[in-house]
Amino acid sequence: MKTTIRRRIMLAAILALFLLGFLFPNPHPHFWWQKIPVFDIFFGFFGSILLIVFAKWLGHNWLLKDKDYYNND
Amino acid sequence: MINLPPAFIYIIGALLIPLIRGRRLQQAVALLIPVIAMATLLQMPQGVYWQVQFLDYELILGRVDRLSLLFAYIFVIISFISMIYAIHIKEMGQHVAAYLYVGSTLGVVFAGDLFSLFFFWEIMAAASVFLIWYNKTPTSLMAGFRYAMVHLFGGAILLGGIVMQVSSTGSIAFNPFDLSTLAAKFILFGFLINAAVPPLHAWLPDAYPEGTITGSVFMTAFTTKSAVYVLARSFAGTELLVWLGAIMAVYGVIYAIIEKDIRRLLSYHIVSQVGYMVCAVGLGSEMALNGAGAHAFCHIIYKAVLFMGMGAVIQVTGRRNILDLKGRNLYRQMPITLVLYMVGAFSISAVPLFNGFVSKTMIVAAAGYGHRPVIELMLHLASVGTFLSVGLKLPWGVWFGKADGSEDEIANVKEPPLNMQIGMGLGALLCVITGIFPQTLYKLLPYEVHFHPYTPSHVVASLQLLLLTLAGFCLYIDKLMAGKKSISLDTDWFYRIFGWTVLLFCRYPLNRFRNLVQLAFADKIQIAARLSKHPYALLEIVWYAIIGQEKSMTELLQRPYNEKDYRVPIGIGVCASLIFLFLYALIYMRVAG
Repeated sequence: MKTTIRRRIMLAAILALFLLGFLFPNPHPHFWWQKIPVFDIFFGFFGSILLIVFAKWLGHNWLLKDKDYYNND
Repeated sequence: MINLPPAFIYIIGALLIPLIRGRRLQQAVALLIPVIAMATLLQMPQGVYWQVQFLDYELILGRVDRLSLLFAYIFVIISFISMIYAIHIKEMGQHVAAYLYVGSTLGVVFAGDLFSLFFFWEIMAAASVFLIWYNKTPTSLMAGFRYAMVHLFGGAILLGGIVMQVSSTGSIAFNPFDLSTLAAKFILFGFLINAAVPPLHAWLPDAYPEGTITGSVFMTAFTTKSAVYVLARSFAGTELLVWLGAIMAVYGVIYAIIEKDIRRLLSYHIVSQVGYMVCAVGLGSEMALNGAGAHAFCHIIYKAVLFMGMGAVIQVTGRRNILDLKGRNLYRQMPITLVLYMVGAFSISAVPLFNGFVSKTMIVAAAGYGHRPVIELMLHLASVGTFLSVGLKLPWGVWFGKADGSEDEIANVKEPPLNMQIGMGLGALLCVITGIFPQTLYKLLPYEVHFHPYTPSHVVASLQLLLLTLAGFCLYIDKLMAGKKSISLDTDWFYRIFGWTVLLFCRYPLNRFRNLVQLAFADKIQIAARLSKHPYALLEIVWYAIIGQEKSMTELLQRPYNEKDYRVPIGIGVCASLIFLFLYALIYMRVAG
């Protein structure tokens, strides 16, 4: 029950920001993506997922080692 | 107030503290020093003064302009706040190290020449390493050694650059450098080590989590930001820095996502945030340099708050890993620390009304005005990762987190001592004040500011970015929190494993080879050495060989030289010289005739 309410609030907030994005477009866009009013919605969502998946993959396959890795004497 | 360079106010103060009797008085003096320094700063006119004659050169201890004043203000402010946070420490050595560190950083900021810059630069490294060593664990001892080695190496490179610069130009002025010269490249390299630019950054996430709880708060402010200052002073507009900075920003963020040690995670966010500043220095426009200065100012405050918050958690729980903290519902026991930490977290994440928003957006906008699409997107992505790690993952893991039943109790958890709360509170208050009233900060920046952070489109776009980062976090929360205790490889691998391997190679295979060579030649060299002391023995060896008598060579050689053995009647000598004279005469007559 609690999670559904939280989910609804979140969806409502996203929807509100979606509309606000159209109300307040960037007045001085430098690049084409700054002309898209809801660009940051997509960038935030896919950017965070991309970062998590990529970092976790990198950590799992290469960077993360056993905690005794450097105890070399 | 006192006509003394602010650096010396701290350095003399640091040396006075241990001489004072009475703990209350010591604490009072420790808190008074930043106040005196601030009063001095506020009365310092712009210009160049405190010139000192040294050998044939003129050292400048007071090059005061808007850029150096901006950094000096924030360094003094944060030293005051950090000292409040640390004032309960009974070990005076920690305060002495901290104030030597602060003082030398102020020396760097006001240095107008390369010699005094280098002088203070080295004190900075030497003083700060004690803030790690005072933690007194074997890991902090080793981390401190690595920290010292890296900074001494960086200092040596910097000195090499300075010597080349002085010998080629004859001037010790600390002004913008021409990067085409070798000297400037060396100097830049030395600066980049202190700015923690990958791949030269590994000392930072290696050492900062190992420092004392209060010492690390000092460390987050000074070394990297003084490096940003010297870069802004002498390498503004260098294209290389644009890319290095943008890569740094993303690099730190990626490491922070997989990091589980709470202070190491924050350390990677120092790398990331300093990336924004380095990038801005590289962009070099007035707006970008304003952004670099403003972001350094804001970053120093909120990063101190974040380290203070996590330090408080470590202090009361004795734990430093998210995996040992999650699911214990610490928020019930330490709500004040949580709220103050979140102010810092919202600030670093550039939430509107918090100070990161008024400085970070300026740098991103400067990338836009400079027509740098890739850079702008990289910085944007780093913003997403910042909120993800510092704003969401870390507080969720430390104060909340899903319990899975395997949690042990943490005994006696309560808020940290009052002075630590006051330190955090002052930092958080400054975050909010500069966030709500950006003009207070903008007035201090080196150039006039034509930037308005609070436009509706800015605010809406930021909220969109943050809210959807939250959505991504909620979807992947289990993946982020999962994992076991581990360490992440970074470029310190090269000196911790590769360097170690080289050492082992020298110690065993190379040493064995040396032994072999030594054994093979040792007896021959011994013979040669004895023969040189006793050359007549050679004649005897030959003689005994001719007459065929068995005599061992070593026996002949080992006999000490005795003059009497070889003494002959004087007549033989005269006879020999006559024979030689006769031969000479013969040859002479042949040649002449």
